[in-house]
Amino acid sequence: MTQNLFIYAIMAPLLAALPVNLMARSYRPWAGTVAVGALIFSAVTSTVVLADVLKNGTIRYTLGNWPVPFGMELIVDPLGAMMLVVVSVCALFAISSAIRSASDEMPGQEHLFFTLALIMITGLMGLVVSADAFNIYVLLEITAITCYGLIAMGRGRAPLASFNYVIMGTIGACFYLLGIGYLYILTGSLNMPDIAGIIPGLDAPAAVATSFAFLMVGLWIKMGFFPLHGWLPNAYTYAPSATSVLMAPLMTKVSVFLMIRVMFFLYTPEYAFDHPDVQQLIIWAAALAIVVASSFALAQTEFKKMLAYVVVAEVGYMVGGVWLANSTGLTGAILHIVNDALMTLVMFLAASAVIYKVGASRFSDFAGLYRKMPITMAAFTLGAFALIGVPPTCGFFSKWYLILGGIEAGQFSYVAALVVSSLVNAVIFFRIIEIAFFQKPEGEDVLRRAEAPLPILAPLVVGAIALIVVGLFSGQIVGGLIAPALPWSF
Amino acid sequence: MHLEHSILPLAAVLVSLLAAIPIILSDRRPNLREMWTLLAGVSMFLIVASMVPTVLAGNQPTITLFEVIPGVPIQLRVDSMGMLFALIASFLFILTSIYSIGYMRSLQEHDQTRYFASFAVAIGATVGVAFSANLLTLYLFYEMLSLSTYPLVAHERNAESRSSGRRYLSILLGTSVGFALPAMMMTYAFAGTLDFTVGGILGGAAPPAVLSLMLVMLVAGFAKCGVMPFHGWLPAAMVAPTPVSSFLHGVAVVKVGVFSVLRVLLDIFGIDVLGAITMGAALPYFVSFTIIAASIVALSQDNLKRRLAYSTVGQLSYIMLGVSLLSPAAVTGGIMHIASHAFAKVTLFYCAGAIYVASHKKYISQMKGLGRTMPFTFGAFGIAALSMIGAPPSAGFVSKWLMLNGALDADMIIIFGVLLSSTLLNAAYFVPIVYQGFFGKPNPEGDLVVASQIKEAPLTLLVPLMITSIISLLIGIYPYFFLQFAEAVLP
Amino acid sequence: MLEEIVAKYNYWIYVVLMMIGFYAMIGKRNMVKKLLGMNIFQTTIILFFISTGVKRDAGIPIVDKYAGLAGELEVAAVMNPLPHVLMLTAIVVGVSVTGVALAVLTRVYREYGTLEEDEILEKIGR
Repeated sequence: MTQNLFIYAIMAPLLAALPVNLMARSYRPWAGTVAVGALIFSAVTSTVVLADVLKNGTIRYTLGNWPVPFGMELIVDPLGAMMLVVVSVCALFAISSAIRSASDEMPGQEHLFFTLALIMITGLMGLVVSADAFNIYVLLEITAITCYGLIAMGRGRAPLASFNYVIMGTIGACFYLLGIGYLYILTGSLNMPDIAGIIPGLDAPAAVATSFAFLMVGLWIKMGFFPLHGWLPNAYTYAPSATSVLMAPLMTKVSVFLMIRVMFFLYTPEYAFDHPDVQQLIIWAAALAIVVASSFALAQTEFKKMLAYVVVAEVGYMVGGVWLANSTGLTGAILHIVNDALMTLVMFLAASAVIYKVGASRFSDFAGLYRKMPITMAAFTLGAFALIGVPPTCGFFSKWYLILGGIEAGQFSYVAALVVSSLVNAVIFFRIIEIAFFQKPEGEDVLRRAEAPLPILAPLVVGAIALIVVGLFSGQIVGGLIAPALPWSF
Repeated sequence: MHLEHSILPLAAVLVSLLAAIPIILSDRRPNLREMWTLLAGVSMFLIVASMVPTVLAGNQPTITLFEVIPGVPIQLRVDSMGMLFALIASFLFILTSIYSIGYMRSLQEHDQTRYFASFAVAIGATVGVAFSANLLTLYLFYEMLSLSTYPLVAHERNAESRSSGRRYLSILLGTSVGFALPAMMMTYAFAGTLDFTVGGILGGAAPPAVLSLMLVMLVAGFAKCGVMPFHGWLPAAMVAPTPVSSFLHGVAVVKVGVFSVLRVLLDIFGIDVLGAITMGAALPYFVSFTIIAASIVALSQDNLKRRLAYSTVGQLSYIMLGVSLLSPAAVTGGIMHIASHAFAKVTLFYCAGAIYVASHKKYISQMKGLGRTMPFTFGAFGIAALSMIGAPPSAGFVSKWLMLNGALDADMIIIFGVLLSSTLLNAAYFVPIVYQGFFGKPNPEGDLVVASQIKEAPLTLLVPLMITSIISLLIGIYPYFFLQFAEAVLP
Repeated sequence: MLEEIVAKYNYWIYVVLMMIGFYAMIGKRNMVKKLLGMNIFQTTIILFFISTGVKRDAGIPIVDKYAGLAGELEVAAVMNPLPHVLMLTAIVVGVSVTGVALAVLTRVYREYGTLEEDEILEKIGR
């Protein structure tokens, strides 16, 4: 029973997507409820699966009972199960907020939004457990295609941003597919553990290296790793707020997770870090990503766009952490996947709440918000502290491991970039806090309290509390979940 | 020394942190709200005081909360130095609460709920720093204190408080994230632990040059200690309401900075390591510069609160000077100075606030002759000023005497000279205020309130400042209660 | 060197095709041309995969089930069917992406009245 429980977690959103799609006209108000119901099921099931995997070990499941390496295999290892929980919980929060924000921003199209969103969530959950390299390509494209649609549902420049994303996203996916093609030619297999067993015996270093490079570049485009991030800021900014709440925490993080999968489960760490020059180059790129994206964030005057650049910087954190090539850095990167998903979730939820109430999220729209929306702003402040890295919020602890990993690896440019980015984050968020605290909105003399409706507010508050709870329990997360799952330790 | 599991340190911290919640909830009922503040203050003091016998017996109440990083839990532990600080902080919190209530109500300040809630969190964080068992826990509460005091500094919500608040946070957060955090990680990377251990944890862990760098980063990183050139936040913070300046920026916040530096000096580096590295030997001269420079700047300030702020900058460096001299007498004197400076400086600020409430006067030049109408306030001011200068029989004398002895023990004649000359400077900027207050002729123009209308401030303001001034005399006459904590710090 | 190129001529063709597609995606200012470039790019990869399944003088992979089960099958006589199957999926993916992209483009056209990137940027700037 528990062996295939995770299948239900993955399938629930997909199955719900079918009826939701039909819920036009008078049933439309129920679309969101059905979606949330499916995701509650997914979230609960995923948590059960995580507990089960931690207790009884990795689950390997072959779809349709076709034996490996011919059939498609799903592997739920502790990290995969952790990602299942992260994805389903974040998605649950995001979809809950969409009940109100979608009907506000996309009236008449809510059921379409929920359909696409549910399919995308299925794709994401499939990605984190799939052990078949080609399946990952298909699932990547399923999430991407739904994302294109979800972004294009926005107003104004959204379709344009979406089209740019189509082009870049397709290039990324094609690179990934090419990499898989090379591997398939070399090994004749698509099953990741199977390929991993074959690669060391191959005598074709150039071809293996080419496949590795294609896979990496493809995933970097997908996650928006500087300088391949061009599509990301506009896509996140102009998308409807419900879409950005869903995408921002999950898309980049799942891509980073896939990069870790590819590097350590498809190839070996020894192979990935075989060339110190390459490794050095990527860490410099990561440091540059952090610094450049942070300075771009500094230049923004629109909250969502600024957050998008912060996300690009955070991708730099994680890629750099993985490529530090020590277990501390990798621990930090994996922990940061969880933490960053939470942090961006809270921040975009706050943006969603502000947009719902004020209409836009330029910095000037934050004027007087500490009085008008104290609960939203309290959550926003906590999220800002987490992104700055103030203990005991979770952001501090992943940054701790990342910086420590950087010190251990002697990569001081990366360490400096992390510290600088913390400071920049402090500046950008306190600029908003200042506006919200000191300025009064024009034309309003008396500030009445006007919080966003409960479906937006509740996930925001729970998420903000989770920032601290996850932070306080990060020792347990690292000790019980990440450390045993690391591919190697030294 | 014996560790003893106890929930009391946690209770002391939480009672104040959590008090913020009922305070916010009773927004519309000021009396109830103030009751929560007082309740939190009194219960915190009682909890802290109840641990005094345990600590004096050589035991250390300890509680481990979360093992957040391998080998570095969030842990609270009460040792004698922490006890000394927490005792002072929690006692003054009660008095300051009473004073705050009087002050805020007399001036009919806005947003009192936010004020009291932030205050409660700030005190919780202060006691948290005092009880921290390792550098990470200390850092956690340190940042909490920086952030929770921001709404207090920015209380007025005008352009001046906005720019001051910006200066305040950018210096405090900038230094702590930019210097203290990396240095803390280097410490962890070298030593594998961050626990405060008597004698230090860094002995032989890293080359002396690296240790010197880390020392500089840690002292600069805890910029709340007011060491130059990172002292600029303190004068900026003076835009806050006076109870905030008096307690937080006269005692709690700045002492947290100094306390953090003392922890770093004594329990991370340890006296032996400090003596062995270049920066350790240079530190006394470094802080001496701050002492002299701050005193000279204080001379030129006409705004009373700003003069007091610069005096604080100088006095904080006394404490660090005492410890960095590394001789037992000086270390004891430095730690003792935490107590003597706390009571004296809080009195001075209380007086400044009382003067402001009674007469709306901020500038020293306007206060001529005011002592005749406000004898109690100016009397208390005089006593506290004596303690600041270090004249017997006040508290300041005890600590300064010990430090002078320590400087002689350590054969540092230059430092001895610094201490003496700064005493003269202290006298130069305090005595005229008292003298002019009692004997000066009031100048008629520039007065906001007609002189005849000025009378003493309300009792809620007057009583706390009388109590603290009397205590700073009592410490001078009977210093043993605090001395026993200070002496127990060194093994 | 030349021999190397000739021996793997199919790969070189794909490289050239791919570069054409890549250039159109990055270099062209007209959005439909970008989309066409994307299709060329995707198709090239499909060709590349298909060619990996090809064997010299091999037939289509439709075989006698019983012969196969009995192990009498000449493996070299049939092409590898797996790449074809994979590419069926990839074609579906490609078609879907194209469909979505076209739908997005109609929205772009409705918004700006043009599909030239320069003109759109000009309109946004105004």
